[in-house]
Amino acid sequence: MSVGAPRSLASSGQKPIAEILHPLSAAEEQLSVTVGGDKEAGLTNGTPVETSSPASTSSLLNRLQLDDDLEADIRDPYAEAAETRDLFVTVDDPKKHVSTMETYITYRVSTKTSRVEFDLPEYCVRRRYQDFDWLRIKLEDSQPTHLIPPLPEKFVMKGVVDRFSEDFVETRMKALDKFLKRVADHPVLSFNPHLNTFLTTKDLNKRQGLALLSKVGESVKHVAGGYKLRARPAEFGAMGEYLDTFNQKLGTIDRIAQRILKEQSEYLTELREYGTVYSSWAGSEDELRRPLEGVGGCVTTCCGALEDLGDGMSQDILPVLREYVLYIESMKSVLRKRDQSQAEYEGRLEAAVLRKQEDRTPMPLEVEKCQDKVECFNADLKADWERWQSNKRHDFKQLLTGMADKNINHYEKCQAAWESLITLLQDKQTEDKTSETN
Amino acid sequence: SQSANVMSPRELSLRFLPMLCGVTAQMLEEGSTLLRRMEICVAEAEKRNGKNTVNMQETFTVYLVETRPMDAVAEGRNQAPDSLWRRYSEFELLRNYLLVTYPYIVVPPLPEKRAEFVWHKLSADNMDPDFVERRRVGLENFLLRVASHPVLSNDKILHHFLIEEHGWKEVVYETGFQAKADSRLRALSATFRVRNPDKRFMEMKHYSDELQSHTSQLLRARARVADRLYGVYKVHGNYGRVFSEWSAMEKEMGDGLQSAGHHMDAYAASIDDILEEEEHYADQLKEYLFYAEALRAVCRKHELTQFEFEMASQELVSKKQQHEELSTGIVRTFSFKGMTNKLFGQEAPEQREARLKLLEDLIAEGEEDVQEKTVEEHVERAWVDMHRFKEQKDKDLREALINYAVMQISMCKKGIQMWSNAKECFLKM
Repeated sequence: MSVGAPRSLASSGQKPIAEILHPLSAAEEQLSVTVGGDKEAGLTNGTPVETSSPASTSSLLNRLQLDDDLEADIRDPYAEAAETRDLFVTVDDPKKHVSTMETYITYRVSTKTSRVEFDLPEYCVRRRYQDFDWLRIKLEDSQPTHLIPPLPEKFVMKGVVDRFSEDFVETRMKALDKFLKRVADHPVLSFNPHLNTFLTTKDLNKRQGLALLSKVGESVKHVAGGYKLRARPAEFGAMGEYLDTFNQKLGTIDRIAQRILKEQSEYLTELREYGTVYSSWAGSEDELRRPLEGVGGCVTTCCGALEDLGDGMSQDILPVLREYVLYIESMKSVLRKRDQSQAEYEGRLEAAVLRKQEDRTPMPLEVEKCQDKVECFNADLKADWERWQSNKRHDFKQLLTGMADKNINHYEKCQAAWESLITLLQDKQTEDKTSETN
Repeated sequence: SQSANVMSPRELSLRFLPMLCGVTAQMLEEGSTLLRRMEICVAEAEKRNGKNTVNMQETFTVYLVETRPMDAVAEGRNQAPDSLWRRYSEFELLRNYLLVTYPYIVVPPLPEKRAEFVWHKLSADNMDPDFVERRRVGLENFLLRVASHPVLSNDKILHHFLIEEHGWKEVVYETGFQAKADSRLRALSATFRVRNPDKRFMEMKHYSDELQSHTSQLLRARARVADRLYGVYKVHGNYGRVFSEWSAMEKEMGDGLQSAGHHMDAYAASIDDILEEEEHYADQLKEYLFYAEALRAVCRKHELTQFEFEMASQELVSKKQQHEELSTGIVRTFSFKGMTNKLFGQEAPEQREARLKLLEDLIAEGEEDVQEKTVEEHVERAWVDMHRFKEQKDKDLREALINYAVMQISMCKKGIQMWSNAKECFLKM
């Protein structure tokens, strides 16, 4: 398979397409093959596969033979992608631009790559949210059978949220960075020419053309199809159900996290007051002044640690939860599109069968094309679903571990403060005792 | 029967003895106090039913006071302690007696009559078992403090209280201590009208106000903090539930989520023990809140004795003046008698003689009354005890603060452990 062209599926040659394994989908099953066997080291129609592409199984097997540590990550395609990445993107360095017409933020998008699709090994461009939106729309249009990662919310209420506050910009930037990384890690999307343009072109505006192709237009396209779905395959139905339930759980978790933040903030208010009482009492004491001031100081330190914890939660944890809700929305919309394309195929097939019974004409080409489209869609979707599941597992593992770490860190800070107080007070005690006996 | 994990009240009181009472071996050696000769504890509490003073049925709690001679303990004889039951009101009576009889002593306080500074989960009910238990500990603390006091520990009524269950009340009333009690009104009036109170006592009184204000502020703030902290911990329990539900729909992530959920539940539950232990700290603060009042009482007593001395001196001066006027006929200052004399003429010589005699008697009496030594005695003895109190307070509160820090460290360690456990589960997801 040539590396220069965008990846294409095996042509429907000797075998019906439904029997040909999609190169992306069965990564898990293939890994259980005995080491050294290479019957999957190529497409089943005999075309050898180059080992430079990330998801090729022979490269996987090679690495398995060399590195035993990867055993733990065998079932985690996310880890394997990280090992063979040859396209690195980063979003950072937000800057405010003020012009007569508008004020907006741009971000620096840096690319490092060894891929031949790119002319240079490194790129550095500035992009604004609008540009990311353009990219996403282009990807959705050009890769309708794939799940496109979500962007952070486009619209913010001008009165409620400060679009230029450090926290908002920081949170948005992290989400944009995540978006771009997910696209860059996707074995199909990352080779999309629009991504290339986005990453390399200095001035994107000239290339955008109809940048305001809205999402409304898209959904109109689907509704206009008008075909009714007969029998959704069970696995896609299960996906839909999973997404609905998962959405619910995420909503609950978000609410709990917010409630905790609220309770912690009220606790913090009382704790601050509590600390000041110790300090004011210290003022009327002599021997007890130091211990009282010490306790007051510790309480103040704990207040600081608690504040950090709260900030960490609202900046790092809550936004990721919310972003997954958007991710679920994207996934559901792809499922709907799949349903649509299946409905269309079924509709046309039915019509064609009826006509065949009448005129004995052969199966029209468009029906075959529809069938191709559906099978293609199903295969892509299944592959993306696996990827999504694995990403989700990785992301939540990271999220929850991060949350645990923040809490541990908070307690460690508090513990250190109290321990140093005890040392201080006990030193004084032995000091006093020795001076008494002297 | 005692299980291995449960401490008897005696063991508990011995364990908490240094924390509650600040009684050290050193202190025991210094004075010959009752505590040296006798081991005292309030071992149990029980509910009783009986009729009160207006013949109505009531339920009340009695506390078992146990005593044992110290040499029996030292020799290791496993002698059964003597014991009797006392109600809270009897403890109150004992304390009131001590307050009146030893007005120059900062008398140790009783545990609070009604639960105050409660945060929402704590019960304000006097019959609540936790409240009763904390009161039992407080009553024992009171007895230990009194019994280790160089002056109070020698009191006969105190000994009687510890040994004789019946008839003790009558004996106390027979002392007639109630008649000696200063009226509130007199004491208050003295505070406003005294001219030359001892400066140190005024400072000490001011300090007692500060101590009371700060300890009560602290207790209130602490209760509010406890309330909020309880809320924070408990909300985490919701994570337990949602992780459990979520784990049911996952394949590889399921186990990790489920176990993490259990740890979140454990975290939420851990706050109950933490806050219960903190109540102990609150009790230590409360003791000194009430101690502040006892300190102020000693200062007020000084004001009263000083005021009475000033009044008596003034009386004496005025009587002497009257005597002089009457005997010499010279009126130095305005007097009513002088006025009436001018208006209505002088009185008869027999009347004058009678009045002179009366005045002389009054003057003699007055000179006895005006014994500066009443004031001085009180000042001396009170100053000694206030100094003793200050040292005790500094030591006790310092220990209380250190123990509070220890409690906080323990809470942090528990938190770290719980979250680390959860983290391990997350890593297995």
